[in-house]
Amino acid sequence: MTSQDVHFYQVGSFAVGNRLLEQEERTVQAQVDRTNSIDSGHRACQGCGEALGARYALDAAMRATNGQIVAVNATGCLEVFSTPYPETSWRIPWLHSLFGNAPAVATGVAAALRAKGIEDVRVVAQAGDGGTVDIGFGCLSGMFERNDDVLFICYDNEGYMNTGVQRSAATPPAARTATTKAVGAEPGNTFGQGKDLPRIAMAHNIPYVATATVADLHDLERKVERAMEFHGARYLHVLVPCPLGWGSASNETIHIARLAKESGLFPVFEAEDGVVRSVSPIRRRVPVEEYLKLQRRFAHLFGPHPRLDVIARIQSMADANIERYGLVSPESLEESS
Amino acid sequence: MLRQIEGSRAIAETVALCRPEVVCAYPISPQTHIIEAVGEMVKAGTLAPCEFINVESEFAAMSVAIGASATGARAYTATSSQGLLFMMEAVYNAAGLGLPIVMTLANRAIGAPINIWNDHSDAMAVRDSGWIQLFAESNQEAADLHVQAFRLAEELSIPVMVCVDGFILTHAVEGVDLLEQSFVDAFLPPYEPRQVLDTNAPVSIGAMVGPEAFEEVRYLAHLRQLDALERIPEIAQEFFEASGRDSGGLVRPYRTDDAEVIVVAMGSVLGTLKDTVDLRRDLGERVGVLGVTSFRPFPSEAIRDALKHARQVVVIEKAFSIGAGGVLSSDIAIAMHREETLLRTVVAGLGGRAITRRSLEKVLDDASDNELAPLTFLDLDHDAVDRERARMQATRRSGPSAENLLRDRGTVSQKADA
Repeated sequence: MTSQDVHFYQVGSFAVGNRLLEQEERTVQAQVDRTNSIDSGHRACQGCGEALGARYALDAAMRATNGQIVAVNATGCLEVFSTPYPETSWRIPWLHSLFGNAPAVATGVAAALRAKGIEDVRVVAQAGDGGTVDIGFGCLSGMFERNDDVLFICYDNEGYMNTGVQRSAATPPAARTATTKAVGAEPGNTFGQGKDLPRIAMAHNIPYVATATVADLHDLERKVERAMEFHGARYLHVLVPCPLGWGSASNETIHIARLAKESGLFPVFEAEDGVVRSVSPIRRRVPVEEYLKLQRRFAHLFGPHPRLDVIARIQSMADANIERYGLVSPESLEESS
Repeated sequence: MLRQIEGSRAIAETVALCRPEVVCAYPISPQTHIIEAVGEMVKAGTLAPCEFINVESEFAAMSVAIGASATGARAYTATSSQGLLFMMEAVYNAAGLGLPIVMTLANRAIGAPINIWNDHSDAMAVRDSGWIQLFAESNQEAADLHVQAFRLAEELSIPVMVCVDGFILTHAVEGVDLLEQSFVDAFLPPYEPRQVLDTNAPVSIGAMVGPEAFEEVRYLAHLRQLDALERIPEIAQEFFEASGRDSGGLVRPYRTDDAEVIVVAMGSVLGTLKDTVDLRRDLGERVGVLGVTSFRPFPSEAIRDALKHARQVVVIEKAFSIGAGGVLSSDIAIAMHREETLLRTVVAGLGGRAITRRSLEKVLDDASDNELAPLTFLDLDHDAVDRERARMQATRRSGPSAENLLRDRGTVSQKADA
């Protein structure tokens, strides 16, 4: 049987496809023996960033632990679309209790494993941004503070999408949601609010904090595997675009996630013991408009009377991130020029 | 071994004998001494293997217990009052998931006004949650009930709440015969979960159930509570045969056989009631007491049977449903369904007010004279309430009623309205 090497290059990025890499360097998802932690048949929307992120994250965690993972899930999209009995997409032990208690439930699982002397089984807790930055925040901070042996993954789609796109403390300024309508003098979500959970996590001095997006799934997998090298509380914050809530095309999920990172609006980095150790540099810097204009939740900023003032404020947020994390290195400036 | 010991300590040492694997707790009076003592045993290594988790809230405490129990560990926590309400969502969740967690509830009033003393408002607030609720009469029974609670919970996959009167029992030092480790090990087999988070046999626990099966799931929980109606007396009997001690069971009739008036109550007030009844019996009055040990499941048949010859039933309750009346009384009324029996509710001991023998004698006097109102508030200062009602009528901005009532009673040094 003859074969022909076909090289796939991703368009608009500097990333190379899996098939250009050596077998062992390819993604977990590219391995024929990978697990199916979340199996097909679930009810996620087309183009769902969370389904994609969770699949990559959990299979990477499974590879890192030889398949010894217990998952705890907060209430939310991921819980709902993956389960309603009698169907379940989970091929790993999986527990859903409540919306706001996933970190504490995970603490209980970890404590039980420790009491039973089971050392090889690891605990992953998952929640959306609402279950992380809002209703689950107290339990999450407690889990961090006690340094319980849990990897907590927040799939951040910047709002309460499961209940119909309401504002959370992770919703960006100016974004239209069902509770921050695009009306009035300052349409959309308010500026100067919201929580930067990765930095709050770092302030707890937990061993590992990282951010990632579904635009760089290799990076996401690597960070999950890195996180599993630590014991204690670890936090992974993954940006997962939501076509429904963001008003974006379902085939643009990856592209939009990449623009969030390339604009500087979503800094991708990792930190150990409360100190940033590395950042994913911006490869080709884009103005925030490029990111915003693809999403109907920001549509009120454009059109015949564009809100250049609001766009400028969002740009200044991106600029502040670039400054804070050093996202644009001289090296990358050369590449993009 | 008989020891002069604080109730909380007796409970803690008995819980330790049950070999819990995960104990999580958040401090709230009057539960604190229990978790402090368990925490010390874990820290010292005398209770091992066991993980003691200092959580950041009661909501987290119950959530940690849920995670631990679903992982196959024997899980224990304790709380009171506001703490129980703060963990309410997780309390329901633990029962809905069928996780056999055991929790001590050091019964305490619910604010506002904030009050740390004993009544049963907290337990009543979760009566519909699906937990088994057992009420201890004494510290001996409180300690013994915990061993039975773990056995019951794990057999039936239902969480069990052992209700112990805050301060009156938790902080009282009295003689308690603590069990031996060998006894508890023989009485309480290792926990074999029906469902467990196991990487070798993955299951999804806690997924959504729609209208097509939700009612069946709930009814199944009801049936399991009805199973508990069978098992509670059997386990108490087994405990009695092994230890010689009469602890637990569904109900506890005392001199009810020929009684015309039977007083029904739960918890520590039963001791005072029995003393009072003894006095009245000496005078030739046919009075008796029925203690309800199992409030959930509610032993309707046993209660109906115990009350069937009574002319009058007086339910003494340390809680009430504001705007309605007695909570236990409602259940008793449904259980009896006898129109010829007079049912009277006496709300007593709210917020820690002492229920004295003298006051109880007055209740019995009124009962025998058929003068007890359908709903009576024991030792209530009606005049003080009337005066506050008058102040509220006179002035729109009459201020916080709780403070006004205390000023009225002269508890506050400055008498502003004097």
